[in-house]
Amino acid sequence: MKKGIAASKGYAIGKVFLYEEQEVIITNDLVNDTSVEMEKLTHAIKLTKKQLEQIKEKAKASLGEDEAAVFEAHLLILEDPEYIDSIQNEIKDNKANSLHAIESVTKGLVALFEAIDDPYLRERAADIKDVSRRLLANLAGHTIGLEINEPETIVIAHDLTPSDTAQLDKEKVVGFLTNIGGRTSHSAIMARTLEIPAVVGLKDITSCVQNGDTVIIDGTEGLVIINPDEATIRTYRDKQIAFKENQKQLKKLKDVQVVTKEGKKIEVCGNIGKPEDVLQVLEYGGDGIGLFRTEFLYMDREQAPTEEEQFESYKFVLEKMEGKKVVIRTLDIGGDKTLPYLPLPIEMNPFLGYRAIRLCLDQIEIFKVQIRALLRASVYGQLAVMFPMISGIEEFKQAMEIVELCKKELEKEGRSYSEAVEWGIMIEIPAAAVMADELAKHVDFFSIGTNDLIQYTLAADRMSEKVSYLYNPLHPAVLRLIKMTIDGAHSQGKWVGMCGEMAGDEEAIPTLLEYGLDEFSMSATSILGAKKKLLEN
Amino acid sequence: MTTFTIKLNNPTGLHARPATLVCKEASTFKSNITLKYEDKQGNAKSLIAILALGIPADADVEVVAEGEDEEIAAKKIAEFIASIKEA
Repeated sequence: MKKGIAASKGYAIGKVFLYEEQEVIITNDLVNDTSVEMEKLTHAIKLTKKQLEQIKEKAKASLGEDEAAVFEAHLLILEDPEYIDSIQNEIKDNKANSLHAIESVTKGLVALFEAIDDPYLRERAADIKDVSRRLLANLAGHTIGLEINEPETIVIAHDLTPSDTAQLDKEKVVGFLTNIGGRTSHSAIMARTLEIPAVVGLKDITSCVQNGDTVIIDGTEGLVIINPDEATIRTYRDKQIAFKENQKQLKKLKDVQVVTKEGKKIEVCGNIGKPEDVLQVLEYGGDGIGLFRTEFLYMDREQAPTEEEQFESYKFVLEKMEGKKVVIRTLDIGGDKTLPYLPLPIEMNPFLGYRAIRLCLDQIEIFKVQIRALLRASVYGQLAVMFPMISGIEEFKQAMEIVELCKKELEKEGRSYSEAVEWGIMIEIPAAAVMADELAKHVDFFSIGTNDLIQYTLAADRMSEKVSYLYNPLHPAVLRLIKMTIDGAHSQGKWVGMCGEMAGDEEAIPTLLEYGLDEFSMSATSILGAKKKLLEN
Repeated sequence: MTTFTIKLNNPTGLHARPATLVCKEASTFKSNITLKYEDKQGNAKSLIAILALGIPADADVEVVAEGEDEEIAAKKIAEFIASIKEA
């Protein structure tokens, strides 16, 4: 038995699939014999075509015609004259090696697609990337990725990137395990979104199992049992059934409004990354969106999203929430999140460096695009905007000056915006928590970002395995700062939310409620459990 | 050269699924077939080119075919695009 970090609740029993994707190394080397290179390309295309056809047939059988249609598109991309001819020309005319030719042509097309206004068509860039990834792997002679054909599979990997997890087929993958990561890493958040059990931070799980081993995941306790005996399997089957039944019961809480004994309404909201995540928050009965992490709009692409694209995304979320509050956080990049088109300085301590509001107040043009998009979208619902990593009042004032500037611009252009937008700040730097009563005079609301607040208060990097034991949400110092923040806000008649993982932590909820927290925001799948816990108190 | 202009009725525009069908249909003809929308144009036998046109609902689309079977090709593709109707 191995113990790791319980990342997503539930139980799974399945067969091991070890996922190790090799990196394809691409050089700029030119080739002498272009005909050999052309032949390699032709062969790789053939092989890729065969694989895609197999996947398509399997998808048809298991998921239906509709789901298989995407592979039809992939096959057409593979035969696309515009795409393949360009790659061939790169080889013939420029003597590019085949890997490099594919990479450069793909990049050009992806950039073209990402510039399209229509958000759906923009997504098609992902299809082109997908086809090219497969082509490259086939050229390099690698076996490709996370392609699971067996049901009841448990994926085991060193780490899973957001794009890996996004491709997980819930029909076949019943859970996953990784060597690294924590409760707040992307893979863990994705597991909760997909509602499949996962244990992360297992250190060396990839070297403890082999393909085909049977494994039990206890995502509730963070346990992994390798090749269990029959009796153990039976025990866990029972637990699995009980867990699913309990989940069903929780769903009944969906439309229940949480009210405290004193008669105060508590909002239980959802955190989202992509606009479409809003649907899941609604499905779980969220009272609003407590955190929309806009950096996901900026990630995994070749250039920054335009004002129009951002406007469409914000509008979509506001409209879907039908007048319920939507708190959108402005760009929080830097720290562990970087963008390919936005070079950042190399720093000794990126988490203490050039990130979030600091970067936005320095690169005002980037910031203005987002503020304008937010203001324009504000007429479609109840918008609240918050700035991340505020350490003192000056930063908030500077940000608001830019907001005023954008409002004037929009007025000149004859575009409308709402005056009812609330403007708030994230409380994640201890300095801001300590000064909460002063800050509260200037802002409309606070939202406590516990992930950063905890790591800054305890000086413990939550990603560092060696010190992650120090990362304790219930540390008295953390609790005091949270209480100071809530008291400070209430002294000025302002409301306080919490959008870190702690807000959905059932152990922390009673204390937070007692402190007077007004809004709890968490992963959509934690909403019902939190409601239950809140109603018990 | 044969040209037809039609209106795209499909409420979601010429998205991946209908574009896939147009591309497959176009590939059955020998002629070069071009779709024109606003100031953009693309090869109808290329899914990528069709998608990159970003044709929305109610758009006027011009189908231009050039080659030995151009008349039937332009007509068929134009009819096909006009008939697309997804839920």
